[in-house]
Amino acid sequence: MIPGLVVFAYLAIILYIGIFAFRQGKATGEDYFVASRSLGPYVFLLSLFGTNMTAFAILGSSGLAYQRGIGVYGMMASASGLVIPLCIFFIGTRLWALGKRFGHMTQVQFFRDRWECSFIGTVIFTLTALMLVPYIIIGMMGGGHTLETLTTVKDTAGNPMMVEVMRNGQAILEPKHWISYELGSAIVALVVMSYVFFGGMRGTAWVNAFQTVMFLTFGTVAFVLIAKNLGGFDHIVERLAANPKTEGLLTRARISPQEFFSYTFIPLSAIMFPHIAIMCMTSEKVTAFKKTVIFYPLCIAAIWLPSVFLGLVAADQFPGLKPGESDDVILRLLTANTGIVVAGFLGAAIMACVMATDSQILALGTMFTKDIVSYYSGAKRLSDSTVVWTGRIFVVAITVVAYFIALALEDKAGIFELAIRFAFSGFAAMAPIMLAALFWKRSTKWGALASALWVAATMAGSWYLYEMSAGMAPKPGQPLVQIFPMLGDLFLRSPGNVLVYGYLPVMPMVLGSAIVMVVVSLLTRPPSRATVEKYFPSDSAPVTIIRRGGSRNH
Amino acid sequence: MMKIFLLILLTAAVYVLHQDFWNWDKAEPLLFGFVPIGLAYHAAYSLVAAALMWILVKFAWPAHLEKVEPYREDNQTEGKQ
Repeated sequence: MIPGLVVFAYLAIILYIGIFAFRQGKATGEDYFVASRSLGPYVFLLSLFGTNMTAFAILGSSGLAYQRGIGVYGMMASASGLVIPLCIFFIGTRLWALGKRFGHMTQVQFFRDRWECSFIGTVIFTLTALMLVPYIIIGMMGGGHTLETLTTVKDTAGNPMMVEVMRNGQAILEPKHWISYELGSAIVALVVMSYVFFGGMRGTAWVNAFQTVMFLTFGTVAFVLIAKNLGGFDHIVERLAANPKTEGLLTRARISPQEFFSYTFIPLSAIMFPHIAIMCMTSEKVTAFKKTVIFYPLCIAAIWLPSVFLGLVAADQFPGLKPGESDDVILRLLTANTGIVVAGFLGAAIMACVMATDSQILALGTMFTKDIVSYYSGAKRLSDSTVVWTGRIFVVAITVVAYFIALALEDKAGIFELAIRFAFSGFAAMAPIMLAALFWKRSTKWGALASALWVAATMAGSWYLYEMSAGMAPKPGQPLVQIFPMLGDLFLRSPGNVLVYGYLPVMPMVLGSAIVMVVVSLLTRPPSRATVEKYFPSDSAPVTIIRRGGSRNH
Repeated sequence: MMKIFLLILLTAAVYVLHQDFWNWDKAEPLLFGFVPIGLAYHAAYSLVAAALMWILVKFAWPAHLEKVEPYREDNQTEGKQ
């Protein structure tokens, strides 16, 4: 019960932070959606990093390292530690400047204006929103499950107390919990909704910064305590190396070089996530990006290195867990090796990751308000107060809908998890659209539209191939299977993925998106000279802004 | 121009160094007696990535963005076009 109480104390603190942010804020759309573009360098770094952290960073990475070994760090963390800061350096800084110069708050506002086209914005809005919703639902489900697990009732021997429940007309035994999944999800939804509703971007950024600090602190403490309790890690690694079943975990024997390389494309998704792109517009000064890009790889290392290594330790301590069962090895290690309060604090930290949905909910609210409501009604007709309340109402609506989906489809979580995997590739494959918009004058709306359609089609295609080849998926350790033997190795099936010549679909998706963007842009009419001058002003020329009526401001 | 070329080369080199195929099947030597070489390499790689970003900030910082003037309300480009 103590871990549960720690989590409740944590929820109370972040609720207070959200309310405090509300008191500091102004009643303007810019304040609610982008914190008046006023975040300082440290809050900006911590909140941007916290926004990009998911439950996978600790739970999933340890579970995956348990199954596949140390290569998980290089494949997912060190690649992100290079690519994400590069994206923030080259793209994030430009988005910040465009937001400051033209008042943009979303990517869609920029795309619409840059390519003089309403439709391209609507297509990208739809695609982005569809890819973001599964994250919110999974976050809600994760919150419910985490609270349920942390409040499991135990007997004097420390074993879970079992109770009889009816499932599908059959009586089965399940562990008893103080907080059920349904109530847990509702509590998480209510807390997140409250501080996003009141605090807007300022509240969300402060909560994320707080979560990052807490996570780094207690993650380190937990790692040290586990090491101390186990008497160091040397003998554990020796045992793993001496066992033929586990020696592969100390190398990259369970990861193919093609898969390892493909993963360097995945972090391109980061800058295309609307919550990350919008967060880039919250900084007070562009110089705040300096600390962010330098410290970002170090923050990733601080979170992922212990998580991946503890996955190896768990393989020694709790052998034989199947994929899925190994997702909670961190919690098992904590329960077995640390005091219950420390376990509670880490439980709160895990809850923090699960609750990364806050910035996603706010981003959807921002997009809906700015890209749909304000855009189609004409911004001049909406007062600041109306804009803020539209955003707030949408925050409530999306939270309530996500909560009921999380309840109704609890047993279908796999579908949403799968959707997230494909969405990662989808967001990554949209990066060429952003790069072209920012750096290539000759890029056109038709190129962007073709690229967006390519992303949607390849994402749907790889999902279809994944589903239709499920029956032929090899078991771990078995060779890859050709999905269409007449096409040779073009489409291969591994235990958990569809591969294209051995590479993950994200690689051809990104490269194809870039090629489509270039070819179609070159074949179609470029944007007007005025728009090109607006977004690519010469160094000495004053910035020229075209009004809708056609008059110019200098 | 030479500076830009060198920075591109450096960034490309760091990207390529991520593919440390020479450590693929090796667990030893163990750093501090318990960190396999493949993990130690990528931990060091994270430090190299931070160093690269420091170099880019130092020598390729988009200083012109610091002079961006904030937008005025009457310059908004929202609304149907």
